[in-house]
Amino acid sequence: MTVKTPIYLDYSATTPIDPRVAEKMIPYLTEHFGNPASRSHVFGWAAEKAVETAREEVAKLVNADPREIIWTSGATESNNLAIKGAANFYSGKGKHIITVMTEHKAVIDPVRELERLGFEATFLQPEPNGLVDVEKFRAAIRPDTVLASVMLVNNEIGVIQDIESIGNICRENGVIFHVDAAQATGKVAIDLEKLPVDLMSFSAHKTYGPKGIGALYVRRKPRVRLEAQMHGGGHERGLRSGTLATHQIVGMGEAFRIAREEMDFEIARIRRLRDKLLTGLQEIEEVYVNGDLKQRVPHNLNISFNYVEGESLIMAVKDIAVSSGSACTSASLEPSYVLRALGRSDELAHSSIRFSIGRFTTEEEIDYTVSLMKSKIGKLRELSPLWEMYQEGIDLSTVEWAAH
Amino acid sequence: MISNDVYFDHNATTALDKSVLEAMLPYMEQQHGNPTSRHSFGRQARKAVEQAREQVAAAVNAHPTQVIFTSGGTEANNLAIIGISSSYGISQIITSAIEHPCVTRPALAMKHRGWKLSMLPVDSSGVVETHALEALLETETSVVSVMLANNETGALQPVAELAEIARRFRTILHTDAVQALGKVKVDFAELNVQAMTLSSHKVNGPQGAGALILDKRIDIQPVIHGGGQEKGLRSGTENVAAIVGFGYACTLLDSRVMGYDKDVRLMQQRLEQGLRQLGAVIFSAGAERLPNTTFFSFKEIDGETLVMALDRKGFAVASGSACSSDSSEPSSVLLAMGVEYDLAKGAVRVSLGLQNHMEQVDDFLASLELELNRLRQLTAIAV
Repeated sequence: MTVKTPIYLDYSATTPIDPRVAEKMIPYLTEHFGNPASRSHVFGWAAEKAVETAREEVAKLVNADPREIIWTSGATESNNLAIKGAANFYSGKGKHIITVMTEHKAVIDPVRELERLGFEATFLQPEPNGLVDVEKFRAAIRPDTVLASVMLVNNEIGVIQDIESIGNICRENGVIFHVDAAQATGKVAIDLEKLPVDLMSFSAHKTYGPKGIGALYVRRKPRVRLEAQMHGGGHERGLRSGTLATHQIVGMGEAFRIAREEMDFEIARIRRLRDKLLTGLQEIEEVYVNGDLKQRVPHNLNISFNYVEGESLIMAVKDIAVSSGSACTSASLEPSYVLRALGRSDELAHSSIRFSIGRFTTEEEIDYTVSLMKSKIGKLRELSPLWEMYQEGIDLSTVEWAAH
Repeated sequence: MISNDVYFDHNATTALDKSVLEAMLPYMEQQHGNPTSRHSFGRQARKAVEQAREQVAAAVNAHPTQVIFTSGGTEANNLAIIGISSSYGISQIITSAIEHPCVTRPALAMKHRGWKLSMLPVDSSGVVETHALEALLETETSVVSVMLANNETGALQPVAELAEIARRFRTILHTDAVQALGKVKVDFAELNVQAMTLSSHKVNGPQGAGALILDKRIDIQPVIHGGGQEKGLRSGTENVAAIVGFGYACTLLDSRVMGYDKDVRLMQQRLEQGLRQLGAVIFSAGAERLPNTTFFSFKEIDGETLVMALDRKGFAVASGSACSSDSSEPSSVLLAMGVEYDLAKGAVRVSLGLQNHMEQVDDFLASLELELNRLRQLTAIAV
């Protein structure tokens, strides 16, 4: 078995650009270089046409009207625009926002910023399986609630929230509902004609498109309004100014077209790989899957390895590129706030690994990963006094540690 | 088909340099890591972003730690205006009457939130009147923003002088250098400003990348919140390929500026000589200007009609800036200069680039003359 290492199992952090996407992008970096806002010549028109075709492709994947798609520089900007834009626009109706403790930083931080500016926020704690209890969500609604933001697929644990039920509650209560779907496109079917969602954020680089481009869905019927966050030339109907990066937009359109056409087949293939990985890893003692296994995308497997120290674990498995916590927070040594919100101990949160499987993952890579994990976990535990105590049957929670 | 057309709209966007594409391709085809990831894929992406940061800094004589990457010039200007003024608190924002909308609009947004907005006037050749700044600075001011070169007229602005006045009042000066970069020398340290906006796609780099060059002592709040990239000032996964392209394009700026100073300037001179012979009014003619930008008008000829006619002849020019060429209103820059409404409405902008050559200028002048005659005859019949 020959496998090229390091093996990339971090598709939730970012995906490679699909070669078909890159091929579509390159002409817009060379001969079709016009500014889509140039209305006076053919260079501009060619670029504008490409931008509109891509808008249709993005709309099609989620069954929306192309006019409901606003280009941004990425999901972070989409989340900022949705949350700050809607909260500010509707602030006359109230200043309360509901979100969830396990949201991405690109949702949590804009909400925190709004708190600083006089809004109030409720951060719901999910159940231990990572899912939001719909009744607890209902109970959090106040007369002055104007906005709720709940992600479709969690970036760290891959669980799928019940967006439809949460959205219905929002509708009943006149609350604008935003959904961060950065991790969802190409992994779960999204039908915005049916889903009671007002605003939805998308990213290209999590779905085999380029970095630096994303979109925000803004519902037309009933119409949702936003206060622009980026001001200037009035592009994107005034909601997002700035020259459109044509080649990136073309790339996102093509990436979303491929996702639409190949999603069913790809999900089935990835599910088989995930099941293989899970079965293999479960042969190791004292492992815990984080997040619900059923209501979850198959692309994600987040597992805690008990009695192993987190940092040394990451060092030991250098042959596989995985992440401990989300990429955006993994620069810090704090245990994952998502896992802590599920009630995981710091130790288990620290020794967690997120395996995320994607389009280019092979069965051989999964086999290699399983055998690597088995041998490395074994070695690390041989060195671990905690593991030894556990095997001797000592209940570690009753041990009183001496202070140094 | 497109390649046969003559592109005279380099202030709107520029074609990607082939060597820039070469630099970018590995980051589109093989190196796909997220710079925030700690594994080798992530570290390679991080290294590429940091190298680009050094390249951008070196091109404008700044320190790499002063470079904040953004999605483009618009975002960098928004960050400068909104970020600095909101960090300071309620105060005055001063800008000029000829700024790009991505400076004036965020300033207006702050005005709606309670900030005071004041505009520096320009003289008839489109140059900001420096003497007006001192009086305005008597009011507590968070940021002054004046562009280095105007995108429509190409007129260079006395930014270093304004920065010196602002410093005396301990006020921050930001300059939008998007149109100046790569056409004339841009030196952050020499200008002595505290903040400066750059854009990649105006200097043969890709669309989707820009930067705010910022004196680190400046208090500023982010506009986009999230994962905390760019030292918390600009969250969101870095656009690695575009940043790499921007960085590489910046390494080509010295020779680019030399080319503009020599070859492009000669074409501009020939163009303007021909235009004058045809009876054109050239705006900001008396000002020191970018060597590639000529903004002109013919009495009684509608600019939009002329631009469309020229497009049919295969010349891509603009009627004002790309970002506002949606609207049929005359250029606000020209109105601020005191140009009369009808003449302003006829304005056409030619912005040359290194890919152009002298024969194209001559062909353009010949086509223009034919079109002018045709349009004048039509007008005569209509009257």
